[in-house]
Amino acid sequence: MSNRDPNDTVDLEELFNSSTEHEPTPMSERVKRTLDLTVVAPARVALTDWRAVVGTLILFGFFLAGTAGVVLVDRPTSGDAPILAQPFQNPNYILGTDTFGQPIGAQLIHATPAMFKMIFAGAVISIGVAALVGLLSGFMRGTVVDTVLMSVTDVVITIPGLPLVIVLMAIFAPENPYIVGVLLGLDNWPGLARTVRSQVLSIREESYVEASRIMGLSTGTILRRDLLGQLMPYITINSALASRRIIFESVGLYFLGILPFTTFNWGVLMNLAYKGGALNRPQMLHWLIFPMVTIFLMSFGLVLFSQGMDSVFNVRLRARHASTTTDDKAADQGDSAEI
Amino acid sequence: MATNYLAKRFGQAILTLVATVTLSFVLYHAMPGSPTESLKNVILSQQAGTGGSTVNLERLNRLVALYTNVQPDQPLYIQFYQYFSSIIFEQDLGTSIYENKPVTALIFERVPWSMFISVYAMVVGYSLSIVIGAVMAFKEKSRFDSVSSVVLIGLNSVPYYIVGILLIYFFAIQMSWFPYGGRVSSSVTAGFNVPFMRSIVMHAALPILSMSMLGLGGALTMRGNSVRVLGEDYLRVAKLRGLRGSRIATQYVGRNAILPMYTQFMIGIAGVFSSAVIVEQIFSYPGVGLLMYNAIQTQDYPLLMGSLIIFTTVTVVAIFIADLTYGFVDPRISAGADNE
Repeated sequence: MSNRDPNDTVDLEELFNSSTEHEPTPMSERVKRTLDLTVVAPARVALTDWRAVVGTLILFGFFLAGTAGVVLVDRPTSGDAPILAQPFQNPNYILGTDTFGQPIGAQLIHATPAMFKMIFAGAVISIGVAALVGLLSGFMRGTVVDTVLMSVTDVVITIPGLPLVIVLMAIFAPENPYIVGVLLGLDNWPGLARTVRSQVLSIREESYVEASRIMGLSTGTILRRDLLGQLMPYITINSALASRRIIFESVGLYFLGILPFTTFNWGVLMNLAYKGGALNRPQMLHWLIFPMVTIFLMSFGLVLFSQGMDSVFNVRLRARHASTTTDDKAADQGDSAEI
Repeated sequence: MATNYLAKRFGQAILTLVATVTLSFVLYHAMPGSPTESLKNVILSQQAGTGGSTVNLERLNRLVALYTNVQPDQPLYIQFYQYFSSIIFEQDLGTSIYENKPVTALIFERVPWSMFISVYAMVVGYSLSIVIGAVMAFKEKSRFDSVSSVVLIGLNSVPYYIVGILLIYFFAIQMSWFPYGGRVSSSVTAGFNVPFMRSIVMHAALPILSMSMLGLGGALTMRGNSVRVLGEDYLRVAKLRGLRGSRIATQYVGRNAILPMYTQFMIGIAGVFSSAVIVEQIFSYPGVGLLMYNAIQTQDYPLLMGSLIIFTTVTVVAIFIADLTYGFVDPRISAGADNE
């Protein structure tokens, strides 16, 4: 990618690269290339994969609901509408209303921002800790640091997450969605940390990394060029999966009534409907079903997105779609990141 | 070398237990308000009904010590030592504030039921996912493969508790094929007889089915692994040797494709035991999970911490047993290799 850095014009690496011009590349060309490699080509690959398209569309829909939807739709209050209106009857409350006369659609929309905050906090915590622990122990293989970090990881893997989270929630009763997210993310990192570590270990053994080392490239450069590119797919895919897990767990805890009912949440809706006996009363069923459909849609979007990203990060495919760069370079890129 | 591996895993299991007990001790102290202050409040409010008792600090401290094994008037390290030794050496998890019975007695009565549904959920979930994944790989790019991929992604997106609610709605309420909740019908006599057994199975079927959804994610992994193994050279050699198809499928493909799922399986054990808390509440199935849920509702902290410790212990033991068997399946482990 950065073969043509202006300040290392005669790099050892360049002697073996036939397609190198020995003048510094103009700025505009470099920007164009970077843009092509990081934005245009992945987008083009993503468009050919239906899972990525559908997943992105669903997530974008939720994003709209969480930003514009909250502004456009009034915050629901009790007595807005008749009690237990059936869905698809009145355009003002198209998904019907609950026993307090609150429109269900509006409640679903107003629950979205808090959900995004939880997902964001939880994903950042779990992915961040996982990457840090995995990289550190991978690089210090065999040292005390590695042993300690991996023991801690194994201990956290073994402790059943949900009971621990439930105890934490019961004791601290967090109301801030960011804190809920962080607590949920706490038991989520060990699996990914192990994956990252074993990736670091296997990449270190690769011949092209050894070649880079022999050429005298610094550890930082090797890390950036060879390792980060390899780890990005894992990190993106796992972010999506971690988000799904945080949705499942937070909604589950709201559904059980363990988290305080201070905000709108899909789980709160389900709890009230379920406790109200919605399963036995057909006129209340929509109150339970629409939150469930919402949860399904969002996690379906996340799973599709993560699988679509899998194909975006498949470098062979990407190389075929990178058009502004020369074929030679694209092939080069594909080779170095393969396996 | 195998003993070396097992010793390492055993040490890890002990470490996990120590960590959990320490954690529960720290949590007692991290409760809002000063250490054990909130407990005193709970005890006071419980005793308000009896009336007439003066607020005597010394007596309160004694009560807190009785319920939780934490003596609030001692220095921290002595508190920790007493708490730790009473749990590890005397198997004393304190006394339930609400029920006024030893926590261990309350929990051990229910552990077998939770184990029952969790273990079967795991067996059902993972064996289904392995079979489905393997068939998908053998019929790669067929119609079955693509349809079941979409179905599996869909199932992966439904939380297991929603599956549980749907199962209750369709099979217990609409069809009334299965009972709605509880663990055994009250009309049958307990004992080693057919109606009793049948009642237990009928009550457990829906919780097991909804929990087994957690294992189904493994099917896609299994598919990927099998596809990779199917392309290996040694498989072509096996075919050229004229080995039977069934032998190739089980001993060559199956075995090599299942091994990489080991870590996923380990994390799955903790996950399935965790899920019991939510599933048992939905099905009102009286296991440890439901006990824990009730402990939260009544602010019964000793019982809450006790359930956490027991949940961890059960998981640790289950993982250790899985480790023991893993040594037999994967010869690399007994050769002393690290599973990266």
